[in-house]
Amino acid sequence: MSLSTDDVKRIARLARIETSDAEAQATQTQLNSIFELIATMQAVDTRGVAPMAHAQEVYQRLREDVATETDRRAAFQAIAPAVDNGLYLVPKVID
Amino acid sequence: MSATTLSALAAQLKARQISSRELAQQYLDRIAALNPAINAFITLDAGKTLAEAAAADALIAAGQAGPLTGVPIAHKDIFCTDGWLTTCGSKMLHNFVAPYDAHVIQQFKAAGMPSLGKTNMDEFAMGSSNETSYFGAVKNPWNPAYVPGGSSGGAAACVAARMAPAATGTDTGGSIRQPAALCGITGLKPTYGLVSRYGMIAFASSLDQAGPMAPSAEDCALLLNVMTGFDPRDSTCLERDKEDYTRDLDKPLSGLRVGLPKEFFAEGLNNEVAAAVEAAVSELKKLGATTVEISLANSKLAIPVYYVLAPAEASSNLSRFDGVRYGYRAPEYGNLDDMYCKTRAQGFGAEVKRRILIGAYVLSHGYYDAYYLQAQKIRRLIAEDFSAAFKACDVILGPTAPGTAFKLGEKSDDPVEMYLNDLYTIPANLAGLPGMSLPCGFDSKGLPIGLQLVGDYFSEAKMLNVAHQYQRATDWHSRQPEDLK
Repeated sequence: MSLSTDDVKRIARLARIETSDAEAQATQTQLNSIFELIATMQAVDTRGVAPMAHAQEVYQRLREDVATETDRRAAFQAIAPAVDNGLYLVPKVID
Repeated sequence: MSATTLSALAAQLKARQISSRELAQQYLDRIAALNPAINAFITLDAGKTLAEAAAADALIAAGQAGPLTGVPIAHKDIFCTDGWLTTCGSKMLHNFVAPYDAHVIQQFKAAGMPSLGKTNMDEFAMGSSNETSYFGAVKNPWNPAYVPGGSSGGAAACVAARMAPAATGTDTGGSIRQPAALCGITGLKPTYGLVSRYGMIAFASSLDQAGPMAPSAEDCALLLNVMTGFDPRDSTCLERDKEDYTRDLDKPLSGLRVGLPKEFFAEGLNNEVAAAVEAAVSELKKLGATTVEISLANSKLAIPVYYVLAPAEASSNLSRFDGVRYGYRAPEYGNLDDMYCKTRAQGFGAEVKRRILIGAYVLSHGYYDAYYLQAQKIRRLIAEDFSAAFKACDVILGPTAPGTAFKLGEKSDDPVEMYLNDLYTIPANLAGLPGMSLPCGFDSKGLPIGLQLVGDYFSEAKMLNVAHQYQRATDWHSRQPEDLK
């Protein structure tokens, strides 16, 4: 299978990356050669094999439901692109 | 500057033959002289370095020095470092001054080891040549027309050029071992979960692991003693007792069973690399080891599996870069959605975008079973090959990379060609096993060749033992680029 330019534009849209038609075309060629490489795993019979999501069999640890972090709002907001009065500023979402 | 080991530097500091400040200054001077040509560092801050060195001197004076107190180290720019620019090699974080320390940074600070600066890397650790860095490519100290490998290419290059006695790195598909091989140094990727990922900017969370890079295996053992340790802030960090990774360094190798995977010596391997690795095998036999042929039949699928799983995880991890809370924001945009799309289009480089798109695609509706689930199943088959192999051998040995360093620009237009560099390193990441690379010779162009060891889970002390015994019998690891001495 191979990706069309429209496929590339659709996934770029899903990933929220603005992509021009020219970029989508260049990307399409590269992605298709990568998917050709990926396709070699389709021939493997994996019936009955449990998927491995993680290198170690670990389970989520639980902890007491107490606050462990201190308030560092000022430090974190000092590096934000736009803040006002303790709020992160973004373009208006709701009219 | 003469090649000198971490233990020798620590001994000089303890004997007051040199202060930590003087030592840090010597390295800063060497960086000032050599870095403009090598580009191994993204950020230097002599004031901070010397202040940390002065604090280490105070600890030494107070008799509170640990094994490496006062010895400086360079940190990969993937580790959040309080008050330091932390870019991850990306325009997206070109202005990100981290407000906290990664666990790894905390460990080195607690050990009293001053930071020499933040090292260059492929953008978001995605690359095998260091050419994807927003801050420019790193040059290989053995020949500046060649790449240093990646993604920890700045770390490998600064150690190879002796601009730092040691460096931290991270390895998702070979990013410690491949640059270590291409730059002629020693690097170790620990068992997954041994070192906390807290504050280490995430690429593929089920594969990412931090580790030490230094001239020798003995150095790496000392650094691993500092880096490891349980940290509840990383949910995958393992709760284990602290180990002393130097404990087995001096053990003889008699009776050691070395597994040679036939798939790692097959087509695609450069002849000079094969010859150097085979010579290393002979050396280990002289030291008492025996060899056994093993098979890692599914390892040939490691690259396709990796290029599904790692981009899938990356597409999720990198969704946090949206121009709202930190880092780059596009200067002009319309609505919120347009701000996200333009910020990410301008902030990420081409390779990062490619991987995000691959990830978004393999996780999208209708393709999940065919790609993501199939890749996870083959991941288990690859891990099972290793478990079977470790019934017959104590450590697996092969080449780290299929060739030596390649020329800058040689593979940068062909992603697939670039990906094939990690053919031998990726299987250990998928299985979560420890792997290391150590120098074992040079090719006819004078470029270093790397030997890879892969061990069973938590067998770092044994791997370091094998590497140290090999390095006692050979001197590849102490060679330095002639014109940088």
